[in-house]
Amino acid sequence: MGLIARALEARGIATICMSSAYSITRAVNPPRSVFLDYPLGHTAGKPDNPANQRRIMIDTLNTLELAQTPGGIRPLKYEWSSDHSWKDRVMRPRESGTASSAASDDRVARFDTPQYQYVEDEQIADSACPTCVVPPMRSGQEVG
Amino acid sequence: MSEPIDYIERTRAQYDALGYPPYRWVENIQQPPFVPLKKPLATSRVGLVCSGGIYRAGQTAFHFKDDYSYRVIPADTPKEALRVTHFAYDLTDARKDPNVVYPAEQLLRLAEAGVIEELSRNTYTFMGGIYSSRKVRDALAPALVEAFVRDEVDVVVLVPV
Repeated sequence: MGLIARALEARGIATICMSSAYSITRAVNPPRSVFLDYPLGHTAGKPDNPANQRRIMIDTLNTLELAQTPGGIRPLKYEWSSDHSWKDRVMRPRESGTASSAASDDRVARFDTPQYQYVEDEQIADSACPTCVVPPMRSGQEVG
Repeated sequence: MSEPIDYIERTRAQYDALGYPPYRWVENIQQPPFVPLKKPLATSRVGLVCSGGIYRAGQTAFHFKDDYSYRVIPADTPKEALRVTHFAYDLTDARKDPNVVYPAEQLLRLAEAGVIEELSRNTYTFMGGIYSSRKVRDALAPALVEAFVRDEVDVVVLVPV
Protein backbone atom coordinates (compact mmCIF):
# COMPACT_ATOMS: atom_id res chain seq x y z
CA MET A 1 0.00 0.00 0.00
CA GLY A 2 2.93 2.30 0.71
CA LEU A 3 4.05 2.12 -2.90
CA ILE A 4 0.58 3.15 -4.06
CA ALA A 5 0.41 6.02 -1.58
CA ARG A 6 3.80 7.25 -2.76
CA ALA A 7 2.75 7.04 -6.40
CA LEU A 8 -0.42 9.03 -5.65
CA GLU A 9 1.48 11.77 -3.82
CA ALA A 10 3.99 11.95 -6.63
CA ARG A 11 1.01 12.83 -8.85
CA GLY A 12 -0.18 15.51 -6.45
CA ILE A 13 -2.91 13.59 -4.59
CA ALA A 14 -2.68 13.69 -0.78
CA THR A 15 -3.01 10.30 0.93
CA ILE A 16 -3.63 8.80 4.32
CA CYS A 17 -2.77 5.15 5.05
CA MET A 18 -4.52 3.27 7.81
CA SER A 19 -2.40 0.60 9.51
CA SER A 20 -2.55 -2.06 12.19
CA ALA A 21 1.00 -3.25 11.56
CA TYR A 22 3.40 -0.65 12.89
CA SER A 23 6.66 -2.34 11.89
CA ILE A 24 5.52 -2.88 8.31
CA THR A 25 4.28 0.69 7.94
CA ARG A 26 7.56 1.95 9.41
CA ALA A 27 9.50 -0.05 6.79
CA VAL A 28 7.27 0.83 3.85
CA ASN A 29 7.27 4.49 4.95
CA PRO A 30 4.13 5.93 3.35
CA PRO A 31 3.62 9.71 3.21
CA ARG A 32 1.03 9.85 6.06
CA SER A 33 -0.31 7.09 8.29
CA VAL A 34 -2.43 6.40 11.29
CA PHE A 35 -1.71 3.38 13.45
CA LEU A 36 -4.57 1.50 15.08
CA ASP A 37 -3.40 -1.19 17.50
CA TYR A 38 -6.04 -3.78 16.57
CA PRO A 39 -5.62 -7.39 15.39
CA LEU A 40 -5.03 -7.75 11.64
CA GLY A 41 -8.28 -7.75 9.70
CA HIS A 42 -9.73 -4.72 11.57
CA THR A 43 -7.82 -1.85 10.00
CA ALA A 44 -10.92 0.37 10.01
CA GLY A 45 -12.49 -0.64 13.33
CA LYS A 46 -14.53 -3.18 15.21
CA PRO A 47 -17.24 -5.23 13.48
CA ASP A 48 -20.84 -4.08 13.88
CA ASN A 49 -19.66 -1.04 15.82
CA PRO A 50 -20.40 1.97 13.58
CA ALA A 51 -19.66 4.46 16.36
CA ASN A 52 -16.15 3.05 16.77
CA GLN A 53 -15.63 2.92 12.99
CA ARG A 54 -16.83 6.49 12.63
CA ARG A 55 -14.49 7.89 15.27
CA ILE A 56 -11.56 6.05 13.72
CA MET A 57 -12.40 7.41 10.26
CA ILE A 58 -12.77 10.97 11.57
CA ASP A 59 -9.34 10.73 13.25
CA THR A 60 -7.92 9.27 10.06
CA LEU A 61 -9.28 12.08 7.91
CA ASN A 62 -8.17 14.73 10.41
CA THR A 63 -4.64 13.42 10.09
CA LEU A 64 -4.67 14.61 6.48
CA GLU A 65 -5.00 18.15 7.80
CA LEU A 66 -2.70 17.72 10.80
CA ALA A 67 0.29 15.96 9.24
CA GLN A 68 3.09 18.39 8.47
CA THR A 69 6.04 16.12 7.73
CA PRO A 70 6.45 13.21 5.30
CA GLY A 71 6.51 9.72 6.77
CA GLY A 72 4.75 10.46 10.04
CA ILE A 73 2.72 7.73 11.75
CA ARG A 74 0.03 9.02 14.09
CA PRO A 75 -1.01 6.50 16.76
CA LEU A 76 -4.75 6.42 17.40
CA LYS A 77 -5.82 6.06 20.98
CA TYR A 78 -8.23 3.15 20.66
CA GLU A 79 -7.55 -0.21 22.29
CA TRP A 80 -8.93 -3.54 21.10
CA SER A 81 -9.50 -4.74 24.66
CA SER A 82 -8.36 -3.79 28.12
CA ASP A 83 -5.97 -6.71 28.25
CA HIS A 84 -3.42 -7.29 25.52
CA SER A 85 -3.28 -11.07 25.50
CA TRP A 86 -4.47 -11.15 21.87
CA LYS A 87 -0.98 -10.01 20.91
CA ASP A 88 0.56 -13.14 22.37
CA ARG A 89 -1.48 -15.39 20.09
CA VAL A 90 -0.73 -13.71 16.78
CA MET A 91 1.52 -15.63 14.38
CA ARG A 92 3.33 -17.64 17.00
CA PRO A 93 4.66 -20.90 15.56
CA ARG A 94 2.86 -23.63 17.50
CA GLU A 95 4.85 -26.01 19.62
CA SER A 96 4.85 -29.57 18.47
CA GLY A 97 6.73 -32.70 19.45
CA THR A 98 7.00 -34.26 16.02
CA ALA A 99 9.78 -33.38 13.65
CA SER A 100 7.51 -33.65 10.60
CA SER A 101 5.13 -30.96 11.81
CA ALA A 102 7.41 -28.74 13.81
CA ALA A 103 5.18 -25.82 13.03
CA SER A 104 1.73 -25.26 11.63
CA ASP A 105 0.65 -22.78 9.05
CA ASP A 106 -2.56 -20.85 9.58
CA ARG A 107 -2.44 -19.40 6.12
CA VAL A 108 -4.32 -20.81 3.18
CA ALA A 109 -2.47 -22.39 0.27
CA ARG A 110 -1.77 -20.07 -2.62
CA PHE A 111 -4.32 -21.38 -5.11
CA ASP A 112 -4.17 -19.79 -8.55
CA THR A 113 -7.92 -20.08 -9.16
CA PRO A 114 -10.48 -17.56 -7.82
CA GLN A 115 -11.35 -18.22 -4.18
CA TYR A 116 -15.02 -17.36 -3.77
CA GLN A 117 -16.59 -16.70 -0.40
CA TYR A 118 -19.73 -18.57 -1.49
CA VAL A 119 -20.19 -21.26 -4.11
CA GLU A 120 -23.07 -19.21 -5.54
CA ASP A 121 -20.67 -16.32 -6.21
CA GLU A 122 -18.85 -18.47 -8.73
CA GLN A 123 -22.11 -19.34 -10.48
CA ILE A 124 -23.19 -15.69 -10.85
CA ALA A 125 -19.72 -14.30 -11.63
CA ASP A 126 -19.53 -12.48 -14.96
CA SER A 127 -16.75 -14.22 -16.86
CA ALA A 128 -16.06 -11.07 -18.86
CA CYS A 129 -16.14 -8.96 -15.67
CA PRO A 130 -15.28 -5.47 -16.98
CA THR A 131 -14.72 -4.27 -13.38
CA CYS A 132 -12.05 -6.93 -12.73
CA VAL A 133 -8.87 -5.36 -14.08
CA VAL A 134 -5.45 -6.90 -14.58
CA PRO A 135 -3.26 -3.82 -15.04
CA PRO A 136 -0.53 -3.94 -17.69
CA MET A 137 3.15 -3.81 -16.75
CA ARG A 138 4.79 -0.49 -17.56
CA SER A 139 8.22 0.99 -17.39
CA GLY A 140 9.42 1.31 -13.82
CA GLN A 141 10.56 4.83 -14.61
CA GLU A 142 7.07 6.31 -14.54
CA VAL A 143 6.48 6.07 -10.83
CA GLY A 144 8.64 7.79 -8.28
CA MET B 1 -0.91 1.24 25.19
CA SER B 2 1.31 -1.85 25.05
CA GLU B 3 3.98 -2.31 22.39
CA PRO B 4 2.71 -2.91 18.85
CA ILE B 5 3.32 -6.39 17.45
CA ASP B 6 6.43 -6.63 15.28
CA TYR B 7 4.87 -8.44 12.31
CA ILE B 8 8.12 -8.43 10.38
CA GLU B 9 9.83 -10.35 13.15
CA ARG B 10 6.89 -12.73 13.64
CA THR B 11 6.53 -13.43 9.94
CA ARG B 12 10.23 -14.18 9.72
CA ALA B 13 9.96 -16.59 12.69
CA GLN B 14 6.90 -18.28 11.21
CA TYR B 15 8.44 -18.69 7.76
CA ASP B 16 11.65 -20.00 9.34
CA ALA B 17 9.69 -22.55 11.33
CA LEU B 18 7.92 -23.67 8.16
CA GLY B 19 11.15 -23.86 6.21
CA TYR B 20 10.12 -21.08 3.83
CA PRO B 21 12.46 -18.39 2.55
CA PRO B 22 11.85 -15.05 4.28
CA TYR B 23 9.13 -12.72 3.00
CA ARG B 24 10.57 -9.29 2.27
CA TRP B 25 8.56 -6.13 2.67
CA VAL B 26 9.50 -3.19 0.59
CA GLU B 27 11.77 -0.90 2.56
CA ASN B 28 11.76 2.74 1.60
CA ILE B 29 14.36 4.70 3.46
CA GLN B 30 14.01 7.68 1.19
CA GLN B 31 11.61 10.34 2.34
CA PRO B 32 8.21 9.83 0.74
CA PRO B 33 6.70 12.42 -1.60
CA PHE B 34 4.28 14.63 0.28
CA VAL B 35 1.73 17.11 -0.99
CA PRO B 36 -0.42 19.33 1.20
CA LEU B 37 -4.20 19.22 0.99
CA LYS B 38 -5.46 21.33 -1.87
CA LYS B 39 -8.63 22.32 -0.07
CA PRO B 40 -10.55 21.63 3.14
CA LEU B 41 -11.87 18.11 3.66
CA ALA B 42 -15.41 19.45 3.69
CA THR B 43 -15.05 20.32 0.02
CA SER B 44 -12.89 17.33 -0.94
CA ARG B 45 -13.78 14.27 -2.99
CA VAL B 46 -12.31 11.26 -1.22
CA GLY B 47 -11.04 8.14 -2.99
CA LEU B 48 -10.85 4.73 -1.30
CA VAL B 49 -8.57 1.78 -2.00
CA CYS B 50 -8.47 -1.35 0.16
CA SER B 51 -6.24 -4.41 -0.02
CA GLY B 52 -8.23 -6.89 2.06
CA GLY B 53 -9.41 -9.03 -0.87
CA ILE B 54 -12.88 -7.47 -1.15
CA TYR B 55 -15.00 -8.18 -4.21
CA ARG B 56 -18.62 -7.68 -5.13
CA ALA B 57 -21.01 -10.54 -5.83
CA GLY B 58 -21.01 -10.95 -9.60
CA GLN B 59 -17.31 -10.21 -9.92
CA THR B 60 -14.52 -12.76 -10.27
CA ALA B 61 -12.95 -13.42 -6.86
CA PHE B 62 -9.23 -13.00 -6.22
CA HIS B 63 -6.86 -15.93 -6.38
CA PHE B 64 -4.05 -16.37 -3.92
CA LYS B 65 -1.00 -16.57 -6.14
CA ASP B 66 0.41 -13.10 -6.58
CA ASP B 67 -2.92 -11.71 -7.80
CA TYR B 68 -2.25 -8.10 -8.67
CA SER B 69 -5.58 -7.43 -10.37
CA TYR B 70 -8.00 -4.93 -8.90
CA ARG B 71 -11.79 -4.62 -8.67
CA VAL B 72 -13.87 -1.52 -9.27
CA ILE B 73 -16.65 -1.42 -6.65
CA PRO B 74 -19.32 1.30 -6.69
CA ALA B 75 -19.19 3.18 -3.39
CA ASP B 76 -22.90 2.64 -2.75
CA THR B 77 -22.74 -1.15 -3.08
CA PRO B 78 -24.91 -2.63 -0.30
CA LYS B 79 -23.00 -4.44 2.41
CA GLU B 80 -24.85 -7.65 1.58
CA ALA B 81 -23.26 -7.73 -1.88
CA LEU B 82 -19.68 -7.43 -0.58
CA ARG B 83 -17.46 -10.50 -0.25
CA VAL B 84 -14.04 -10.98 1.29
CA THR B 85 -11.42 -13.55 0.41
CA HIS B 86 -7.76 -13.62 1.45
CA PHE B 87 -5.06 -16.11 2.40
CA ALA B 88 -3.33 -14.27 5.20
CA TYR B 89 -5.76 -13.02 7.81
CA ASP B 90 -8.76 -14.18 9.81
CA LEU B 91 -11.78 -13.28 7.66
CA THR B 92 -14.45 -13.90 10.30
CA ASP B 93 -15.10 -10.27 11.21
CA ALA B 94 -14.54 -8.89 7.70
CA ARG B 95 -17.21 -11.26 6.36
CA LYS B 96 -19.57 -10.35 9.18
CA ASP B 97 -19.06 -6.61 8.65
CA PRO B 98 -16.96 -5.63 5.61
CA ASN B 99 -16.63 -2.11 7.05
CA VAL B 100 -13.71 -3.32 9.15
CA VAL B 101 -11.53 -3.59 6.04
CA TYR B 102 -13.59 -1.57 3.54
CA PRO B 103 -14.92 1.59 5.27
CA ALA B 104 -17.11 2.91 2.44
CA GLU B 105 -20.21 3.08 4.60
CA GLN B 106 -18.52 5.34 7.17
CA LEU B 107 -17.20 7.61 4.44
CA LEU B 108 -20.68 7.89 2.90
CA ARG B 109 -22.10 8.84 6.29
CA LEU B 110 -19.34 11.38 6.87
CA ALA B 111 -20.21 12.90 3.50
CA GLU B 112 -23.85 13.18 4.62
CA ALA B 113 -22.60 14.84 7.81
CA GLY B 114 -20.53 17.33 5.81
CA VAL B 115 -17.13 16.19 7.11
CA ILE B 116 -16.11 15.46 3.51
CA GLU B 117 -17.74 16.62 0.29
CA GLU B 118 -18.24 13.11 -1.07
CA LEU B 119 -16.88 9.62 -1.42
CA SER B 120 -15.83 9.09 -5.02
CA ARG B 121 -18.33 7.03 -7.03
CA ASN B 122 -15.88 4.19 -7.63
CA THR B 123 -13.73 2.51 -5.00
CA TYR B 124 -10.88 0.08 -5.71
CA THR B 125 -9.89 -3.15 -4.04
CA PHE B 126 -7.15 -5.69 -4.48
CA MET B 127 -5.43 -8.49 -2.68
CA GLY B 128 -2.44 -7.68 -0.51
CA GLY B 129 0.47 -10.01 0.07
CA ILE B 130 1.80 -9.65 -3.47
CA TYR B 131 5.29 -11.17 -3.50
CA SER B 132 6.41 -9.15 -6.47
CA SER B 133 6.91 -5.51 -5.55
CA ARG B 134 7.65 -4.96 -9.25
CA LYS B 135 4.07 -5.89 -10.15
CA VAL B 136 2.81 -3.35 -7.64
CA ARG B 137 5.25 -0.65 -8.70
CA ASP B 138 5.03 -1.14 -12.46
CA ALA B 139 1.44 -2.32 -12.94
CA LEU B 140 -0.96 -1.93 -10.04
CA ALA B 141 0.19 1.42 -8.62
CA PRO B 142 0.26 3.30 -11.94
CA ALA B 143 -3.15 1.86 -12.91
CA LEU B 144 -4.72 2.96 -9.61
CA VAL B 145 -3.11 6.40 -9.85
CA GLU B 146 -4.62 6.82 -13.30
CA ALA B 147 -8.01 5.70 -12.04
CA PHE B 148 -7.96 8.21 -9.19
CA VAL B 149 -6.76 11.02 -11.46
CA ARG B 150 -9.60 10.16 -13.86
CA ASP B 151 -12.06 10.16 -10.94
CA GLU B 152 -10.76 13.63 -9.97
CA VAL B 153 -10.34 12.77 -6.30
CA ASP B 154 -8.70 15.30 -3.98
CA VAL B 155 -7.43 12.83 -1.37
CA VAL B 156 -7.21 9.04 -1.05
CA VAL B 157 -7.72 6.84 2.00
CA LEU B 158 -5.71 3.60 1.77
CA VAL B 159 -6.74 0.61 3.86
CA PRO B 160 -4.33 -2.33 3.93
CA VAL B 161 -4.80 -5.42 6.08
